[in-house]
Amino acid sequence: MKIIEGLKYTKTHEWIKVNGNEAEVGLTDYAQQHLGAIVFVDLPPVGDSFKKGEEFSAVESTKAASDVYLPVSGEIIAVNEALEDEPGLINSDCYANYIAKIKINNPKELDDLLDAKQYALIANK
Amino acid sequence: MHKYLPQTESDIQNMLKSIGVKDIKALFKDVPESIYLTKEIKIGKPLSEDELFKHFEVLANKNKTNICLLGGGVYDHYVPSVIPALVARQEFLTSYTPYQPEISQGTLQYIFEYQSFISELTGLEVSNASLYDGATATAEAMLLACGATRKDKIAISSALNPRLIDVIKTYASKRNIKVIEIELIKGRTSLKAFNKINDGSLAGVIIQTPNYFGLLEDATPFSAAIKENKGLSIVAVNPLSLGLFKSPLEMGIDVAVGDGQSLGIPMGFGGPYIGFMATNKTYMRKLPGRIVGSSLDSEGKRAFVLTLQAREQHIRREKATSNICSNESLMALWVSIYLACLGNKGLVDIGNLNLENAHYAYKKIISLPHFKKVYDADFFNEFVVETDLSLKTIDRVLLKNGYTSGIHVGPHQIMFAITERRSQAEIDHLVELLGGIKHV
Repeated sequence: MKIIEGLKYTKTHEWIKVNGNEAEVGLTDYAQQHLGAIVFVDLPPVGDSFKKGEEFSAVESTKAASDVYLPVSGEIIAVNEALEDEPGLINSDCYANYIAKIKINNPKELDDLLDAKQYALIANK
Repeated sequence: MHKYLPQTESDIQNMLKSIGVKDIKALFKDVPESIYLTKEIKIGKPLSEDELFKHFEVLANKNKTNICLLGGGVYDHYVPSVIPALVARQEFLTSYTPYQPEISQGTLQYIFEYQSFISELTGLEVSNASLYDGATATAEAMLLACGATRKDKIAISSALNPRLIDVIKTYASKRNIKVIEIELIKGRTSLKAFNKINDGSLAGVIIQTPNYFGLLEDATPFSAAIKENKGLSIVAVNPLSLGLFKSPLEMGIDVAVGDGQSLGIPMGFGGPYIGFMATNKTYMRKLPGRIVGSSLDSEGKRAFVLTLQAREQHIRREKATSNICSNESLMALWVSIYLACLGNKGLVDIGNLNLENAHYAYKKIISLPHFKKVYDADFFNEFVVETDLSLKTIDRVLLKNGYTSGIHVGPHQIMFAITERRSQAEIDHLVELLGGIKHV
């Protein structure tokens, strides 16, 4: 199970990589392993805003479908369009392939998220 | 042994003997005596096959088949005899929705062909395997728009068929969707009125063409306007008119829906009809119901599969924008055979026959002293006229002469549907009858 230091995590298995007031959001290794081969990623419209914990995307694998929740409130400023044709990129490298880039509305919300160590306790349970 | 009662008395005795039960009553001994039916049911004596046929013949002869001038969503079109003959084949007629669909390649193939026809008619990339009818297809398109945009307000033309509006409002009321009706100008949807409410809060706009009053609507400016505000354009079309008029693709439409009854399905009292729905790839995964796809089997041969199925409908039901899991399969076959019979040229020809017959009748009727035109816009096979005669008298005179009169769309307005089935003699006789009616 790959967990990267320096990223923030959620209990629902999303990661967030903060860069100033922007951030990339994706699915963790734990999530992609449990979903299996991903066949579709429902990307959100750029410009839409979502609250912390709100579903902003959904992924479908050959055996399941799952919502993806936004770790902190924000506005979608870009989506990873490569996932439209190759959703399996999340399986091959889930940390290199974000789902969406957001503009963070309230940086304080980041404090509620898990760090790599805390997340490892959940993912390795 | 009787045809419909497969066990003989000796069969029954043998079965009772082998399970060691005295008689039928002993088999049901767990049922309390107090709830047994002890009276005879009054359903008359059994009839022989001959007697039964005679009985129903007497009943059937009470029916009277009139020349039908009613439209309003259901039209009297000719049904080529090849359709019922083929559809009645037991492989089609008696096979139920396959729960392991890929085992029924024949069913999947005709659904795939149906989808291809709908795609070609509408110009849109993807069609689903069909829905219950035109009204539910339109309501489902509203749900699709609300789901795709995450908005809960929809604008609909007031010239939609009232039955469509009823179903849309019923669906909307259970999903907390707000339905706003757009005003009309001279019988058609007012773009000016729409622009006033198109403020970015709308999930979509629904236009119908030909609309309820038979008038052609160009949805192009509506689809362009709603697109600017990231809403979806939905059009309900009469598929038979698409051989002649602008397709949903040409009007820039996101979702096309409609009822397939005009594609050779007989007028039944409520059906079965069929709803169709087509969209482009952007909204393909939001389509309700089933979609059949073409693929290759393990030997590399062409095979049909249900596709895009690993979705909300089965594994995330609470997130679903639609709960439709099936389709109107036999009617999909029906309209597919109809379209295959017509071909491209046939579709244009039959469209022209409808257009010419209706316009022939229209011109003659509005030149009668007690009749006049109501609208100036173009129409397909249905039109409204105004009269100072009593509509009841018109209905009575027509009925007496073998015609079922048109729909009353106002206290002094009546709407006639004139299809390819109306001969010149029938139309001339109709005009003569209308011309002979006097004030009481």
